[in-house]
Amino acid sequence: METIIHIDKLIKRFPAGNGFFTALNNVSLQFGKGEFTGLVGPSGSGKTTLLNIIGSLDAPTEGEVTVLGQSIAHLTHKESAQLRNQSLGFIFQTYNLFPVYTVFENVEFALLLRRMPAVERRKAVLEALEWVGLSDKAHSKPAQLSGGESQRVAIARAMVKKPALVLADEPTANLDSKNSHNILQTMQRLNEELQTTFLFATHDEKVMNYLRRIISLEDGRVVKDERFVHTKI
Amino acid sequence: MIQFLLKGVLRDKNRSLLPVIVISIGVFLTVLFSAWFRGIFGDMIDVNAHFSTGHLKVMTRAYAENAEQMPNDLALLDAEELVADLSADYPELEWVQRIQFGGLLDVADEQGETRAQGMASGRAIDFLSPGSREAERMNIPQSIVLGALPSRQGEALISHEFAERFGVKVGDEISMFGSTMNGGMALANFTVSGTVRFGMRALDRGAIIVDIADAQAALDMADAAGEVLGFFKESRYDEEKALQVKTAFNAQYADNPDEFAPEMLRLNDQNGLDEYIALSKSMSGLMIFIFVFAMSIVLWNTGLLGGLRRYNEFGIRLAMGEEKKQIFKTLLYEAVLIGAGGSVIGTVLGLSAAYYLQEYGISFGAAVQGGGMMMPEVFRASIGPEAFFIGFIPGLFSMTLGNALSGIGIYRRKTAELFKELSV
Ligand SMILES: Nc1ncnc2c1ncn2[C@@H]1O[C@H](COP(=O)(O)OP(=O)(O)OP(=O)(O)O)[C@@H](O)[C@H]1O
Ligand SMILES: [Mg+2]
Repeated sequence: METIIHIDKLIKRFPAGNGFFTALNNVSLQFGKGEFTGLVGPSGSGKTTLLNIIGSLDAPTEGEVTVLGQSIAHLTHKESAQLRNQSLGFIFQTYNLFPVYTVFENVEFALLLRRMPAVERRKAVLEALEWVGLSDKAHSKPAQLSGGESQRVAIARAMVKKPALVLADEPTANLDSKNSHNILQTMQRLNEELQTTFLFATHDEKVMNYLRRIISLEDGRVVKDERFVHTKI
Repeated sequence: MIQFLLKGVLRDKNRSLLPVIVISIGVFLTVLFSAWFRGIFGDMIDVNAHFSTGHLKVMTRAYAENAEQMPNDLALLDAEELVADLSADYPELEWVQRIQFGGLLDVADEQGETRAQGMASGRAIDFLSPGSREAERMNIPQSIVLGALPSRQGEALISHEFAERFGVKVGDEISMFGSTMNGGMALANFTVSGTVRFGMRALDRGAIIVDIADAQAALDMADAAGEVLGFFKESRYDEEKALQVKTAFNAQYADNPDEFAPEMLRLNDQNGLDEYIALSKSMSGLMIFIFVFAMSIVLWNTGLLGGLRRYNEFGIRLAMGEEKKQIFKTLLYEAVLIGAGGSVIGTVLGLSAAYYLQEYGISFGAAVQGGGMMMPEVFRASIGPEAFFIGFIPGLFSMTLGNALSGIGIYRRKTAELFKELSV
């Protein structure tokens, strides 16, 4: 399997008081294309920090992180913006849709940044809404949607550009069980159909049941890395 | 993308409506005040020029020193010749003689006994020569309340207020006592041809306006005039040109020690108008500065609040692959857009209000009278060409500045921090 993320002896320190706080301590990991993997661990163990570095939103303090062939530490602002735009999708705990735009426009935004022609753009947005089963809500505003629907719009927004990698930080934390299963199934399906790599950070047992690989973090260290041949459901 | 942002701006009332309102108000005030000041300053200059100072004025040096006492014993002699010379040397100006004098007006009853008396300030202008524009210059035809302009020697206009107070009617005879140029007693009789009200305290309290020839006869001032005034024929007052004329004229007499030699003054040199003109020039600059400053602070704060509210949006846009620089740029585009919109609205409103004030004016009555300056009682705005764009300066500048200042917050935060607020 093709490896798309290399992490080698990653250390991340944050300034704290007079000294430093080490959020990630000597983490080495590799992720292959098409993985459906979760980072789990107690609060403060470094899950979000790791996702942010992979997403080129933060820089490593030491060590080497390569995402899709690009070394995160050496990217310029422009290059890291380009990497996010071309290859990465983000999904958050709070859905973070733009409140003034319709569902359609929220999804469209990702493509506008790519200067895709209008006709193609429209086609892609409608397709993405179909993936998440929200074709009929295209013209609704985020305020009119339920939490589950909002998160599905966020998934459509992350997926519409068919990124190689989707980073999802606690995507189910605000959802009830039915909606959680629904969006996990949606992501699982997209993972299989589009070969998109999914990387989660989560506490949620429900999520873990869908994962094919679970990496446990504790105090910034990898303490366990398990693979499951079949999903547990 | 631009279109997309535009949609967002229009839909987000916090981002569009509030700043547009702030800008419209500021621009409205800028436009209105600048037209207002322009009108007031212009009117004040015209009024002073027409009634008192001319664009240029020639007096004897001795008269000039005590001009406010109207010392006609120090008047210019050979006035006809002086006017002819001035007209030949400076044909771009029209030169006219005037006399100011003080006197006691006496109103008699049918038996010839004094019925009422009052002090009056007298003005003698050229009513009767054919082609004289003096009556129009002082706006007398529009200021007549009863009766008509003097049409022959021996007729006079008096203040309407004075006429009412003393029960003088058009056609009545009045006598004027004063002193002649040589210090003797002057007495002249006039028929009241009409009453006037100028809307200026100084003139309306008690004035008598007579033809210059009558005044010269009454005051023993044959071919003499207290003042010779010059007015640009083609334009309003022009400081620079006036200075050239004044300098050239006065140079002829530089070596002449005679206190009765003529001396020329500009409008600026009289009635304290110099400071006033300087003030008027700095006024619109000052106003723009004040509005830019005040509006920027307001918009900066609304921008900051909006910016805080929008950190979420910025975080997502970063995550989607926009650069900080790009986001900052779009903030500026938004600012220009909103600034321009608010400026257009404010300018239209400001011009409308200024137009109203140009047509109808506001009456300040006697409240602001005082000093040597003449002031009209009704202040009008005057819309000049700059009124159409002046508001855009504070409008665009303050909004852009406000957004730029609040947008700097984006730069100060690390990408990861902006982003972090997303997972709350
Ligand atoms: N910008 C920062 N400055 C200082 N410390 C930070 C910063 N970001 C994270 N940390 C610290 O690093 C540690 C790891 O944080 P991180 O957000 O990665 O944890 P997490 O595993 O995502 O936790 P949770 O499950 O609560 O989301 C925490 O102790 C946190 O306080
Ligand atoms: Mg976290």
